[in-house]
Amino acid sequence: MKASSSLPDGVQRRQFDNRSRLTTHGTTVYGEPRDTDGWRLWDAGRSKLGAMFKLDIETGLTGGESILYLGAASGTTVSHVADFAGPTYAIEFAPRPVRDLLEVATTRPNLIPLLCDARQPETYAHVVETDIEYLIQDVATRGQATVALRNRQFLAPDGKLILMIKARSEDVLSDPEDVFDTIISTLREGYIIQTRQRLDRFHDDHLAVVATPNM
Amino acid sequence: MSKEQSDNPAWFSDIDPDDIDAAATAITNGAAEDPQNWPTQAVESEIVEDTTTYYQLLHDAAITATQNAVESYEASDDRQLRHCLTAMDDVERTANELTERLTEWGGSRIDDSDTGVDTVRELADITPSTPVETRLTSLATQVLMLYEERDDLRTYIETQAATVAPNLTAMAGPVLATRLIELAGGLKSLARQPAGTIQVLGAEDALFAHLEGRASAPKHGAIFTHEYVRGTHPANRGSAARAFAGKLAIAARIDHYSGTHKQSIHDELTDRIETIRARNKEDTA
Repeated sequence: MKASSSLPDGVQRRQFDNRSRLTTHGTTVYGEPRDTDGWRLWDAGRSKLGAMFKLDIETGLTGGESILYLGAASGTTVSHVADFAGPTYAIEFAPRPVRDLLEVATTRPNLIPLLCDARQPETYAHVVETDIEYLIQDVATRGQATVALRNRQFLAPDGKLILMIKARSEDVLSDPEDVFDTIISTLREGYIIQTRQRLDRFHDDHLAVVATPNM
Repeated sequence: MSKEQSDNPAWFSDIDPDDIDAAATAITNGAAEDPQNWPTQAVESEIVEDTTTYYQLLHDAAITATQNAVESYEASDDRQLRHCLTAMDDVERTANELTERLTEWGGSRIDDSDTGVDTVRELADITPSTPVETRLTSLATQVLMLYEERDDLRTYIETQAATVAPNLTAMAGPVLATRLIELAGGLKSLARQPAGTIQVLGAEDALFAHLEGRASAPKHGAIFTHEYVRGTHPANRGSAARAFAGKLAIAARIDHYSGTHKQSIHDELTDRIETIRARNKEDTA
């Protein structure tokens, strides 16, 4: 295991307004500040993966990996991922945010945007390759565990799942901890849970999970 | 390649790698049972020289495919209609807000008017004698144009709604029909909603308050604006809303899956509403 605060190559802590902030190297996407060396700010309040790095949650990401990103939305987080990762497949179901995602993809040759439903992997299995090293999931639908299980087929045996669970998408009425427990017990059908940590400092009622496939 | 290709084709199986549009179509329409190591297969079958070229080709084809998909979604009629409705709501809200401002600002310069629009009209007609009055009349003129724009948007919705959703429009009227489509997130989504959901679309706050045990169940959402609900005696509004929503759900499904006008469901609803209203003789509507 590496030190808990290790960041992937391509993600750096740099000074912005005299504060140490997360950055990646790439073109600006959503009006975030960028320093003279081309490093742009990665706001942990707008990105759950950014919040994970900020909270020193061990992901094992070292940079250059192949990524399948489910729930890319307008590409805020995925733009940073593509800055430090290898081939990055970005799946998003809603057409309106995909308009913005396309802008992000145009300037990033390793980012492959697909307008597909993450609940139906067969609609993109003819495009997305096998032995993906990281499956990153941030979808706001009910059945988030099922989505992770259905997409396990893309993962390499030694690959990893990084899952952001949004309690409110699953059930608005129950206590978030109960919702997380239910989702994680379903997830155990196909994954071994490594880490489970809430992101409340940055995102209310969200849980980050790191897991490996059990095959 | 192996037999996998026939029942499990890759996006690049049947295309000329130079034809980006064909590649995009294959990405949009294709499907596969199991993912494979596509980059390696593409190199082995000599579609591309190396994986770098593969990712370049895939990147460009995926962007074209996704762009086309987004465009065809944006161009769909119900999408345009929904833009018109939300634009109409926005224009109206802005015009009302500016009217309040104008009444505040110029109210002393004119006689009292009945409605906000009349105030704006009178202010726009003032012959300005001071620089500040020039600003005032100029703003009033702009606000009048906003009201006109709102009316034009409404007219457009009234003429177009029936082509998108004939049964829904005949039943609910063009604006309410469009509002239901907007609330559901499209005609397709509306066609998949159960009647009970359609009944309370637009009353989400009340619904969740009820689910959390703080309030009684809402009887109607956006459909309240319709005469069938509002014009029924309060004691029977729940029944009327339920009957109305039930037929709206059927109308939305016919509109989405067939698109032809079906008179029988409209007659059934009229009968049903009459029966419900007959329970109270004060209901004369």
